[in-house]
Amino acid sequence: MNDTNNSDSTTVLADDAPVNLEAEFEASNVKEVLDKLDRELIGLKPVKTRIREIAALLLVDRLRKQFALTSETPTLHMNFTGNPGTGKTTVALRMAEILHRLGYVREGHLVSVTRDDLVGQYIGHTAPKTKEVIKKAMGGVLFIDEAYYLYKPENERDYGAESIEILLQVMENNRDDLVVILAGYKDRMDKFFHSNPGMRSRIAHHIDFPDYSADELLHIAKLMLATQNYRFSPDAEKAFFEYITLRMKLAHFANARSVRNALDRARLRQANRLFANASKALSKTDLMTIEAEDILASRVFIEGKLDSEPESGQ
Amino acid sequence: MMTNQGNRVTQGQFSFLPDLTDAQITAQIKYALGRGWALSVEYTDDPHPRNTYWEMFGNPMFDLKDPAGILMEVNNCRKTYPNHYIRVIAFSAVRGVESVTMSYIVNRPKKEPGFGLVRQEIGGRMIRYSIHSYATDKPEGERY
Ligand SMILES: Nc1ncnc2c1ncn2[C@@H]1O[C@H](COP(=O)(O)OP(=O)(O)OP(=O)(O)O)[C@@H](O)[C@H]1O
Ligand SMILES: [Mg+2]
Repeated sequence: MNDTNNSDSTTVLADDAPVNLEAEFEASNVKEVLDKLDRELIGLKPVKTRIREIAALLLVDRLRKQFALTSETPTLHMNFTGNPGTGKTTVALRMAEILHRLGYVREGHLVSVTRDDLVGQYIGHTAPKTKEVIKKAMGGVLFIDEAYYLYKPENERDYGAESIEILLQVMENNRDDLVVILAGYKDRMDKFFHSNPGMRSRIAHHIDFPDYSADELLHIAKLMLATQNYRFSPDAEKAFFEYITLRMKLAHFANARSVRNALDRARLRQANRLFANASKALSKTDLMTIEAEDILASRVFIEGKLDSEPESGQ
Repeated sequence: MMTNQGNRVTQGQFSFLPDLTDAQITAQIKYALGRGWALSVEYTDDPHPRNTYWEMFGNPMFDLKDPAGILMEVNNCRKTYPNHYIRVIAFSAVRGVESVTMSYIVNRPKKEPGFGLVRQEIGGRMIRYSIHSYATDKPEGERY
């Protein structure tokens, strides 16, 4: 393919001119991001498939543009649903990068907000606040976490509705300037869309993030450790798998985030253990290795309780 | 003003040039954002060339990445005050600079009546000259 694959070139190709999807794919550098997504995010099959589909759609759209077949930008606003720690924020960040590489957002940054950043405290406070956030997100992606908090039906004087109205307007009129991604738990998002049909109709892609299996969580744990130059001893790996199985049944389980927190605590215990035997000379392997005892010391094993719960008897 | 054909107020950058197009304004905003300056939109209907204190339209805009947000405010201001002077200013917060580094007009009244020369006789047959905008004879808000 020659240099006609420049998306903002205005020359229209002849009807019988050949275009090459493969070359367009290479030129967009989007492959790199998709591969990175595959490598660094464990599991999430349905999510990865949807993202590939969207990337394919945008790529084909770019080719169609070369024949002047489309004039309108496709709607790219998305909705991510799933339990805590299933990777919604992480994927949103990658999405910003993918859209940037494909030329659908100009800068590719992510502005992550919640209700407090959008909704004001008194009359006349909300509109400037929402608009300021929107202006910051222009050229990139606006990520609204737990979007259903914007809408509080029990309070008819709530300012959230005003914020939603401005968002709806921008999502329609400034489709070239920013992409909005909403995120939250599935059932509450469904309720939110039910009461805000305007929002639902402006969102083209609904992506559901499944919970991770224990195997996937162990995989994620190993990946997280590797990036921090730690690793499990074979026994520790077994212990951690057991830990995950137990932890999944307890309250406040937050998938990959719980794994991250458990690892942070294991590192703390490892440091303590090394310190207790300070007289012994330490090797590089000692400093890198998390042993089974660092994990088995968790109260999840001993009392069947979270480490963050208050001591029993208190 | 005699040298300024058509009574156009000249103040800030580019004011001797034809009006900037939106694409040109966007390019200027992009330049300012690239330097890390904060932009804001201001308006006035008091066209004296030395009136540097204009009204702010909304808040100054910090931490924006893309010109679209600022152009949106320019257009909001144009909608609210179609017949006022509107300018975009860029502020540099760099220590030791801490002042406006760019300023250019992005909207003008349809008709700019221009300025008259006022002579004031003072002691010793001396004369003081000043310029007076025909527009400011009317009260604020009704001038154009
Ligand atoms: N599939 C995965 N592979 C590797 N790490 C992951 C994966 N999913 C999530 N993580 C890690 O788990 C942590 C939490 O993920 P993230 O913040 O994206 O979750 P979330 O769905 O946004 O949660 P919440 O709903 O609570 O905001 C992050 O540190 C992220 O790097
Ligand atoms: Mg999140």
